Amino acid sequence: MAVGVLALQGSFNEHIAALRRLGVKGVQIRKPEQLHSVTSLIIPGGESTTMAKLAEYHNLFPALREFVKLGKPVWGTCAGLIFLADKASGQKTGGQELIGGLDCTVHRNFFGSQLQSFEAELSVPEIAAKEGGPPTFRGVFIRAPAILDVGSDVEVLADICIQSDKTSDLDSALESQKESTTSEKKVIVAVKQGNLLATAFHPELTADTRWHSFFLKMASEVGDEASRSASTSQEDLSFYKQPRNDLPIFQ
Amino acid sequence: MAGTGVVTVYGNGAITETSKKSTFSVKVGLAQMLRGGVIMDVVNAEQARIAEEAGACAVMALERVPADIRAQGGVARMSDPQLIKEIKQTVTIPVMAKARIGHFVEAQILEAIGIDYVDESEVLTPADDENHINKHNFRIPFVCGCRNLGEALRRIREGAAMIRTKGEAGTGNIIEAVRHVRSVMGDIRVLRNMDDDEVFTFAKEIQAPYDLVMQTKQLGRLPVVHFAAGGVATPADAALMMQLGCDGVFVGSGVFKSGDPARRARAIVQAVTHYSDPEVLADVSCGLGEAMVGINLNDAKVERALPLYIGKDFRFYTWGGPITVLETCFGEVDGGVAAAAVNQVLKPLK
Repeated sequence: MAVGVLALQGSFNEHIAALRRLGVKGVQIRKPEQLHSVTSLIIPGGESTTMAKLAEYHNLFPALREFVKLGKPVWGTCAGLIFLADKASGQKTGGQELIGGLDCTVHRNFFGSQLQSFEAELSVPEIAAKEGGPPTFRGVFIRAPAILDVGSDVEVLADICIQSDKTSDLDSALESQKESTTSEKKVIVAVKQGNLLATAFHPELTADTRWHSFFLKMASEVGDEASRSASTSQEDLSFYKQPRNDLPIFQ
Repeated sequence: MAGTGVVTVYGNGAITETSKKSTFSVKVGLAQMLRGGVIMDVVNAEQARIAEEAGACAVMALERVPADIRAQGGVARMSDPQLIKEIKQTVTIPVMAKARIGHFVEAQILEAIGIDYVDESEVLTPADDENHINKHNFRIPFVCGCRNLGEALRRIREGAAMIRTKGEAGTGNIIEAVRHVRSVMGDIRVLRNMDDDEVFTFAKEIQAPYDLVMQTKQLGRLPVVHFAAGGVATPADAALMMQLGCDGVFVGSGVFKSGDPARRARAIVQAVTHYSDPEVLADVSCGLGEAMVGINLNDAKVERALPLYIGKDFRFYTWGGPITVLETCFGEVDGGVAAAAVNQVLKPLK
């Protein structure tokens, strides 16, 4: 069964490429009726305002809300996280439509503009436990949002420390994370609630496909086909044998 | 680094990033987020809002759109930082601004304002006729124009994190953009089918660094995001560029020089998303009002823009015809000198 990738705008090709490396076919979703052909959905990174506008033009929101309500697995990265959140602050004048479903508050462009975009090694115990590999994950934050607070049934998978005055110097913030976390403010950057997964960073921009296989497992737990889970676990074995691609992840 | 990195274009290459905080992958990352989107030229906060409402994925803050630069002539420079700041405060989408080719201080100023992307643009009057900005020295990412594969890869080597075609800015005529996209894509197709042994000579011929040529061959595409620009005026133009293989579209004068900017902007945004769906394209193309007037480059009144090469990559768009038109030449270094030079070249053609 194919995984849908919302292909309105943004890094959908990168997601499909990551899925392909795991041996799974990604289907581009641009219209509401195309959602019927998939059992799980990835909402990629991009400009959330643009994606919201495009979804609105083609009347995608009701279908997407329905999809989430049915309990089908949905994963949002960056802009996708904003889409899934129940509440978002820092929106453009007039606000934007959201899908909702994820019990949390998200702040758009939390870290600032492009100059404040950064890479960081995130500690991801949950992912490392399930998918193996190193205990950290290289998160690429591009004008990223952050999760300010979460509801009680939301599981936090990763967070990042920032200095309380929200300075742009995230590097030093990371260093001090190692030393002490007392004076630092933590913001959440990856969460899971039921079948909803959301990350503020972009796993599709790195060669590490552990988040993708984590999501596929979530999806296969929901799906009943035994053959599917068999095939994904097989892929996981072959994954680490493949040479790591050091090239940009493009289609 | 090895093994963890991915989007690093340079891998273990010779050029190291001078800035610690913004790696090349972070710079390319934003461009990747813009894929499948439309970047619109705006001259004030109000237009920026219209663009944002229409679904533009970024705006380019300018004092004059290319069509006006063409019409008014004179030296075109970086916009007033005040204007750029105002636009930045108005919208939440990324804001880009143009710096003159080779004018690294303008780029430093733009970086200081904290915008999201710098366009080192041939639309403005070049400040340096031989060298481009060394874009590795900046934390802010750059987008540069190109006409062919060699030029694109030279710009990437200089640190550009995004490439766009040059096209013929401000004309509303797509022909040059098509020529440039076809040239880049065609060269990549040739390169893909080439024996590895032949790549050395090919790299020399197109005057591009060997490692980037080889990387392009392996990827089968440019190693950074590739947008189309210059002459896009209708949703069909935008979809054409997407079908030719571009990752997204810049629309300059096409939106705000047309009859109904909001509607046209929205139609172009939709056309870029649904570029391969003629039914949607037909739907969004209906009743958009007047398109920008445009300039037909083969029009008898306007002689074909004459390419004038200075250095390797600079193209000075100059028009033949009456001397009054010549003086409004586009991208002139020095009005008088350029006009005289064009007259010299034009004579044998006439």
